[in-house]
Amino acid sequence: MSASPATPPARELDRRSFLKVTALAGGGMMLVGYVRNGITEAAAQTAGAAAANFVPNAFISIAPNGMVAIISKNPEIGQGMKTSLPMLIAEDLDVSWDKVTVYQGDFNTAAYGSQTVGGPQNASGSNGTPSNYMPMRRVGAAARAMLVQAAAQTWGVPESECTTANGTVLHQASGKKLGYGELTAKAATLTPPDMNTVALKDNKDIKILGTRIVGVDNPKLVTGQPLFGIDVKQPGMLHANFVKCPVPGGTPVSANLDEVKKLPGVRDAFIVPAATGVKAGVAVVADSTWNAISAAEKLKVEWNEGANANQSSESFATQALAAGAAGAAPTYPANAKVLSATYSFPYVFHACMEPMNATACYKADGTVEVWAPIQNPGSARGANTVHIMRSGGGFGRRLSGEYVSEAMAIAQKFPGIPVKLTWTREQDFGNDLLRPAAWHFFNGAVGADGKIIGWNDRFVPVQGAGFGNNEFPSLSVQSAPAIPTGMPTGPWRSPNDNANFWATQSFLDELAHASGQDVLQFRLDLLASEKITAYNAQRMMAVVKLAGDQAGWGKKLPKGQGMGIAFTFSHRGYVAIVAEVTVTQDGALTVNKMTAGVDVGPVVNLSAAENQVQGGMMDGLSTAWLLKATIDKGRPTQVNFDEYDLIRINQAPVVAVHFIKGDYNVAPTGLGEPALPPAAPAVCNAIFAATGKRIRTLPFKDEDLKWS
Amino acid sequence: MSTYNISVNGQSKSVDVEADTPLLWVLRDSLEMVGTKYGCGIGMCGACTVHIDGKAKRSCQTKISDVGAAKVTTIEGLAKDGKLTALQQAWCDVDVPQCGYCQAGQLMSATALLADKPKPTDADIDAAMSGNLCRCATYARIRAAIHTAAAK
Repeated sequence: MSASPATPPARELDRRSFLKVTALAGGGMMLVGYVRNGITEAAAQTAGAAAANFVPNAFISIAPNGMVAIISKNPEIGQGMKTSLPMLIAEDLDVSWDKVTVYQGDFNTAAYGSQTVGGPQNASGSNGTPSNYMPMRRVGAAARAMLVQAAAQTWGVPESECTTANGTVLHQASGKKLGYGELTAKAATLTPPDMNTVALKDNKDIKILGTRIVGVDNPKLVTGQPLFGIDVKQPGMLHANFVKCPVPGGTPVSANLDEVKKLPGVRDAFIVPAATGVKAGVAVVADSTWNAISAAEKLKVEWNEGANANQSSESFATQALAAGAAGAAPTYPANAKVLSATYSFPYVFHACMEPMNATACYKADGTVEVWAPIQNPGSARGANTVHIMRSGGGFGRRLSGEYVSEAMAIAQKFPGIPVKLTWTREQDFGNDLLRPAAWHFFNGAVGADGKIIGWNDRFVPVQGAGFGNNEFPSLSVQSAPAIPTGMPTGPWRSPNDNANFWATQSFLDELAHASGQDVLQFRLDLLASEKITAYNAQRMMAVVKLAGDQAGWGKKLPKGQGMGIAFTFSHRGYVAIVAEVTVTQDGALTVNKMTAGVDVGPVVNLSAAENQVQGGMMDGLSTAWLLKATIDKGRPTQVNFDEYDLIRINQAPVVAVHFIKGDYNVAPTGLGEPALPPAAPAVCNAIFAATGKRIRTLPFKDEDLKWS
Repeated sequence: MSTYNISVNGQSKSVDVEADTPLLWVLRDSLEMVGTKYGCGIGMCGACTVHIDGKAKRSCQTKISDVGAAKVTTIEGLAKDGKLTALQQAWCDVDVPQCGYCQAGQLMSATALLADKPKPTDADIDAAMSGNLCRCATYARIRAAIHTAAAK
């Protein structure tokens, strides 16, 4: 169990903004002619008689029949937010989940707030749950308080004598009860309570949180109904493709536009100059996606490739090895076991299954409407309305909204007509914002007593890479100047942590083996002896023990089989993973099982939480084992999934997830990211245990793992 | 541009498109059935999987001019009269989807598998499903959902 979780204070919904929100959501102050996916529209869809509904705030509408519409305000990218935020509201509203219908809210800072009503309306930094946990619970609790007040006034009894359960207010003494639906008219006349003091449920009364609630979009997903950005269909819509220079920073000089304009279905082809948020390129607009893509493939563009045309991964590696060699090695005592090792990992793509796309329309009233699968709808610069579409994966890629800006730049040429821009897979890889590569030049030592007495890490990043070491204070890290590359990079699931912790947790394993001790106990001793301030060492030790216990750590395994462990503190989450592998004598690897011990505080949705940990682990494994983006002639050489082959089901291990029980009075931390970083080192450490072969370069699919 | 008459989910459809248009884009753009997804365009990811005469096929690799009289079934055509198939229901109950983008293709491959092998082993599942990528790596739950549906 945890003692003092390191969570930031959740932003609170203050009364003034709450009332403002209420007024907006109530309809009276809504801007005319500005159709939004808000609670009023949601209520109308649910009940057909929105006027009779109780709409206490921008998130909830209760119909006279007791059905509840709830807005989920943050983007859904696969992390389960569309289900878990409404669960928080439903919990403290005290309604049963089967009465709830969830609607995706549009981007609307006034209604859903960035600073006042919960956390920012984005999917970033595993922050959706922590920043919205208390605000969303209060949103539900405030509505519940008004319903209790309405019932108490109806019955002429004190509110303190009333309780609620499953969408009903009860008066125990008299046996009276009224469903929420029967209280809508009365409740609508009441003043909302102060959000800062509204009471939340006790742990013992929690009913929905911590249970398995399946995704609210599942029925639509399994029947192929439109949900994603790429599924958007608007009347009269045109389809666009946008071709940019294969070398980042390059610009078009000329293109065979007249020829391309004559191709089937093509409406226009034109050069789009560089502008804020938009790189220069050539747009092709047609009557169908296929006609746009196939015409774009026939473009002959003369590019000015610019300054980056000769960049290569090979050159970056040469520069990195020189920079690493420049690091000075310290002197250790004569009786110390001294190790040195170089670790490196490559660029990788985000490879979201849904390629980047967006639909934009310049409307007759001068406003711009956008439909986008996007993690950060605030990055859709210049759009008046942003409809947040479900994203087919995010992984950090959709925090940048440049594809939205491109769709807008193209649609501007077609006033009144919606234009959907769809990138091909090749464009999605070729215009990615890469996870940057880096090198770690380690030396370290274990003293005669088996304890670490030195750890020096010369970190050599390419441009865009960073390293926020927080594992233990005595690790010394010196960062070399970044290698200039000109290659665009961006946040990638667990930025900085996703591969740097592979290097550090692998080198730690080298030292642990050198100590001659059990490598799990070595880690527990280290966590106990270091004066760790970045996180709670007790919580970390607990997840290390949990993962070890559940995985059966210490069991005797024959040569060719092995277990490895790693732990990381990433995005405020504590995760330890034990991997178990089998390597045949001729070097064929099977990852049999990965077991995670996780402490993120209280679990909101057990099903989604498990999904995130399983997915994070598998993403870490897939990327470390199989994936790299190689730069040559200033561009990635891999262009599609045939050369960038993600983990497949036949390679997927059994995965087990175990959570430390949390306290629902304290906001949890998020789960989109923290399970990824320990996966790769756990597997690589297991490979070492099985074979004696240490993996120091990613990906390791071509590594010789033969043993005898 | 030519006119093609094809059979999709038991209905006859007429479309006017270029002969080289992949069935994927006919479904998505011409017929507005967007459940079938574009992922790679080269038959490597399986997001566009449909059934052609009952066999799982990549619709991005099937030109409209090659469809002919074959019966095409898409994700929209699995449920009958609003009733989900055992696999669709298992997908919901096991809560397989994360982002969900690949899941239509996964379900089409899994449906073809169960038609062929009603009680598949893990090895059968691996063999039938390894052409379908899931970037969220929901593979453990895909296996579980297939076994759940097969047990019904």
